[in-house]
Amino acid sequence: MRIVVCVKFVPDIQSDRQLGADGRVVRDGGDGTLNELDENAVEAALALAEEHDGEVVVLTAGPDDAVDAVRKGLQMGADEAVHVLDDDVAGSDAIGTATVLAAAVRHLSADAPVDLVLTGMAGLDGLTSLLPAALAELLDLPALPLASSLDVDVDARTATVVRRLDHATETLTAPLPAVVSVTDGINEPRYPNFKGIMAARKKPVATLTLADLGVDPATVGAAGARTQVLEAAPRPPREDRVLLTDTGDAGTRLAAWLVERKLV
Amino acid sequence: MTATPVLVLLDHAPDGTLRAPVRELLTLARDLAGDAGVHGVWAGDQDVAAARPVLAAQGVTAVHRLVTDADPHVSDVLADGLQAALAATGSTLLLLVSSFENKEAAARLAVRTGAGVVTDVDGLTLEDGRVVAHKTVLAGTWTTRCAVTTPTAVVTVKANAVPAQDAPAPSDPRVEDLPVAVRPSSTRVTVVERSEHAASGRPDLGSANVVVVGGRGTEGDFSPVEELADVLGGAVGATRVATDEGWIGHDAQIGQTGVTVSPRLYVGAGVSGAVHHRGGMQASGTIVAVNSDPDAPIFEIADFGIVGDLFTVLPQTAAELRRLQG
Repeated sequence: MRIVVCVKFVPDIQSDRQLGADGRVVRDGGDGTLNELDENAVEAALALAEEHDGEVVVLTAGPDDAVDAVRKGLQMGADEAVHVLDDDVAGSDAIGTATVLAAAVRHLSADAPVDLVLTGMAGLDGLTSLLPAALAELLDLPALPLASSLDVDVDARTATVVRRLDHATETLTAPLPAVVSVTDGINEPRYPNFKGIMAARKKPVATLTLADLGVDPATVGAAGARTQVLEAAPRPPREDRVLLTDTGDAGTRLAAWLVERKLV
Repeated sequence: MTATPVLVLLDHAPDGTLRAPVRELLTLARDLAGDAGVHGVWAGDQDVAAARPVLAAQGVTAVHRLVTDADPHVSDVLADGLQAALAATGSTLLLLVSSFENKEAAARLAVRTGAGVVTDVDGLTLEDGRVVAHKTVLAGTWTTRCAVTTPTAVVTVKANAVPAQDAPAPSDPRVEDLPVAVRPSSTRVTVVERSEHAASGRPDLGSANVVVVGGRGTEGDFSPVEELADVLGGAVGATRVATDEGWIGHDAQIGQTGVTVSPRLYVGAGVSGAVHHRGGMQASGTIVAVNSDPDAPIFEIADFGIVGDLFTVLPQTAAELRRLQG
């Protein structure tokens, strides 16, 4: 079983995240990390690979620093890594990113068939959650998004997931190969141990360009983006704030304030 | 106004009543469409009758009922239907309630049709003929305006983005069947089981106007949280700690990976305001926090913060509100 995990390099959510003048997330603040939600996807892939004697490839597209994201995947136990590094990728929207990753998955499929493509449920920067379905559409594969549990039947070659939506819980099944996104509730990602960190140093990281993948630069990056940020500004600070310590009547004062603000 | 009708996906409950945020989307669509009118898209076997009063009050011109044997709960099938509706109406703007399943369909439409997609917006305008979306990003700390540069725009809109208002004059919406050619590849995913979540008797968390949230500080006793929620007519939410502890179901978890809320009024009780939680609520209109720890990070973003014991403050607030409301 061969599993590709798509991971993203994002600014640490504990850091002071910023948008630049071009409306894009500032990605070179030195606070970048592997998207936390992708750690669950790496963990799910490693668990399946251990169970079925499989192989895990971590894949990312992004600037120089993004290699840190796939390195973390290697430290956790992935076997190899692919980093699509090309200036023309910068400024990609979710569909552009999916276009690049889909081409990379196809490129990997040429070496050996890919059975499963895993992703996290969202990137903690943009939080659009568009990528998994877009990737499935581009690869012409079934999608099983938002899995809080994942079972793979290697004999029947099917994947089955349970997913919790706002109004319902669903069990979905589809034939392999398939694209699956996983939630942060599916597992507890392992920490890279010393052995894993040392072993990762010897694992290969292949660097590919758009030309290597046969992707037309006009279809991705800022050139291919279908939206344009006109304006980006920090949200103005909240005004007229009240902070008090309860001396016995704070609840009453809150009630009066809610009424005065016409919030009830 | 737009040149062709604005389409709105009519999310509905199993009994055929519209989900609350759909009214808001219909109001928003009406403002943008002008004389071109608003058309609804209906996916599912239910009769449109239960939704008809709201659709008429919102001035909806037509409803396109997707006719297919395939299950529209599968995002591929829904995308097939929405694509057919866009083609049949010539519409260039489709609005969907922001939900995971709708975003899946939006992503597929984007790939298939070349449409530009913006998710989780809280406002929409037309500027020089282009659709411009307003949204908050990076956990509600930044606001952006973003233009769709492609001819067709697919936009998912957050609940409570705009207040729902009835049209000046009601309409008599015509309901038309729209046969959908489902692609063979769209039926690869099978819905083995689907169970609707039980209704709580309170508003839906994701779309409620008022949300009262309990965190670690409740120590598992949600009764003051529920009492205040009921006085305010709001929904009850929780932090990850509270759901992990099993104090309340996982459906109630608010955060970047749980339910995202942006109510007019958020009340956090015993909620510290960890970054994951803030990512799911920071775009709320007014934020009230009650916590015994004066250093809790939630006080940094609270409009009204009380350092105190939630077990005395919340019941007192509820009692005073009941008194004021007579």
